[in-house]
Amino acid sequence: MKNFVLKSVLGVSALLLLASAASAGTLEDVKKKGFLQCGVNTGLAGFAAPNDKGEWSGFDVDYCRAVAAAIFGDATKVKFTPLSAKDRLPALQSGEIDVLIRNTTWTLSRDSQGFDFTGVNYYDGQGFMINAKKLSGINSALQLSGASVCVQAGTTTELNLADYFKANKMEYNPVVFEKLEEVNAAYDAGRCDVYTTDQSGLYAIRLTLSAPDDHVVLPEIISKEPLGPVVRQGDSQWAHVIRWVHYALLTAEELGITKANVQELTKSDSPEIKRVLGQEANTKLGVDLGLTNDWVVNIVKAVGNYGEVFESNIGSGSKLKIARGINAQWSKGGLQYAMPIR
Amino acid sequence: MADNNLSFVRTEMLQGQTPPLGERGIVRWIRLNLMATPIDAILTVFAIFLLAWFVPPMINWLFVQASWSGADRAVCATVSQGGTQPEGWSGACWAYVNANFNQFMYGRYPQEQHWRVNIVGIMFVVLLIPLLIPRIPFKSANAIVFFFVFPIVAFFLLVGGWFGLPYIETATWGGLLVTLVLSFVGISVSLPLGIVLALGRRSKMPIIKMLCVVFIEMVRGIPLVTVLFMASYMLPLFLPPGVTFDKFLRALIGVALFASAYMAEVVRGGLQAIPKGQYEGADSLGLSYWQKTGLIILPQALKMVIPGIVNTFIGLFKDTSLVSIISMFDLLGTVRQHFNDANWASPQTPISGLIFAGFVFWIFCFGMSRYSIFMERRLDTGHKR
Repeated sequence: MKNFVLKSVLGVSALLLLASAASAGTLEDVKKKGFLQCGVNTGLAGFAAPNDKGEWSGFDVDYCRAVAAAIFGDATKVKFTPLSAKDRLPALQSGEIDVLIRNTTWTLSRDSQGFDFTGVNYYDGQGFMINAKKLSGINSALQLSGASVCVQAGTTTELNLADYFKANKMEYNPVVFEKLEEVNAAYDAGRCDVYTTDQSGLYAIRLTLSAPDDHVVLPEIISKEPLGPVVRQGDSQWAHVIRWVHYALLTAEELGITKANVQELTKSDSPEIKRVLGQEANTKLGVDLGLTNDWVVNIVKAVGNYGEVFESNIGSGSKLKIARGINAQWSKGGLQYAMPIR
Repeated sequence: MADNNLSFVRTEMLQGQTPPLGERGIVRWIRLNLMATPIDAILTVFAIFLLAWFVPPMINWLFVQASWSGADRAVCATVSQGGTQPEGWSGACWAYVNANFNQFMYGRYPQEQHWRVNIVGIMFVVLLIPLLIPRIPFKSANAIVFFFVFPIVAFFLLVGGWFGLPYIETATWGGLLVTLVLSFVGISVSLPLGIVLALGRRSKMPIIKMLCVVFIEMVRGIPLVTVLFMASYMLPLFLPPGVTFDKFLRALIGVALFASAYMAEVVRGGLQAIPKGQYEGADSLGLSYWQKTGLIILPQALKMVIPGIVNTFIGLFKDTSLVSIISMFDLLGTVRQHFNDANWASPQTPISGLIFAGFVFWIFCFGMSRYSIFMERRLDTGHKR
């Protein structure tokens, strides 16, 4: 039923997309409006959640701020629309938001249903967490045969779980709950041996357990969840802006440009840094993108580089303490690889 | 026979003795109320054990062990959980409620503008209380101010954009503010509209009757979640580009219309319960339709369905939580949203937040329920059977 509603929404929106394609580009609209309307998660620890002062903070939120900084040179010119998993794509399609940065998995069906993914800002994957005290000796998901597994109902997580255990010819006993808090409580109370969800989520859930040190996240990742920003299909200029904001953040990290030293580095002699920061003579890189030439300076000044955004929101500088892992730079064994800014 | 030799006749009255222990005071009360039969006795003992088992740990968790203030999750987590509390500690995390209290009340309504919400809140209380107390005069003036002037003033104050007040988008509203605005509008629109619909449904004019029946049955046939979802994501697709109207307004309209359909059926129940003689009596006095309805039928019908009306109000009040489906955050939604703040995530946080939200909802619903009982007693003219 939910699927039917969603599909009909998408169907109607696809029709309307044809009609609205004639209107001006999103970048122009955003500049005219004077602010960016960014769709974020209603609440996912580390990625997007309001803090106790009522301000949004998180990894995805900083991406929104970075886009605003690139366009306006002012990271505060962004408004956040919290969206649930169900209503995120209709909201983007109806034009209620300009860009969706809400840990959305890049899949073929989404890409072909009127959306464009502009990159992967976080490589996630479904993982398992176990109580190491209770199940000592287990250090791989392949040893979990016969385990009872806590999982949230109606998610792709549930399907991936079934696939994985079937493919490895293992038995398991699913313990399914509707609400995330219920799953957490059941796992904490020991009603199941294993908790499965996206790995980034497992770290957040560990914070709510009564004995977090007893629990370990197993190394296996059983699904690919590349999370990235989404825009409406058919507006390549806008898609380019979002895509290159991501690459700018990565490039800044690669070149060692940080929030602290970016102002200083605008006077750098290094040709590459000069080019990225728009200090080359007669450069048109930023202007051609539809922005200003100092767009990278504005981004880094506002939120820092990719590494800084990562560490302060979900990495070692946060309560989540997620390791960089496959989100490290390509030169350090990770998957994050920025196309050259030149 | 001498009359003076009646030594056996008492000259003064015998003083009443105190009743035996089992027939007086607390013992009698216990015997009659708690131990009347063996089964009662067993149940009483059982209940005492249950309370003894349940209440002290609850009080301990809620108050004694509770952590009342602090800057982040450290005060609500044990050392091994990354906090400062001793091992094995378990208590309510009121520090979380405390730190987020402004969020729970106002959502992300800008902090320096909270006074506007406070003024509206004070106006609401100042106008509502005299309206609820029957002794206080000027009821009709008060009602006009409360239902017509107050919403307009509240609208200008809350939304702003006039008289130098900064404009506040409804997307930033949240918490108890959203709950109360939604239920106030829902309640004050649904009662009059529901009465009109109920009268329409019983009307003898075919077109009016048909329109009312179609509206009521259609709205009652669709879940509120669907109405809200359609109103917020489908409607913009059909409007020409650039024409938007506020999501909160759409939710308000959806909730109000939805509640009206239910209210209409409650009122219709009352209309049908009025004996036919009342209608005929009014007709025989030569009253017009509106006189008959306003003076004879409605006062009796509404009085009879007070429990049903308040039931619908309470249901509506709690249904406002459903707006979280369209990413508007009422009190419950805001509380749940803040569970995800990594600064406050701890084993005690969700349960403390939910208890707080439940308590606030309970205060309002219990208040409405008690007031309705008071009104029922006051308006009771012996129609109860």
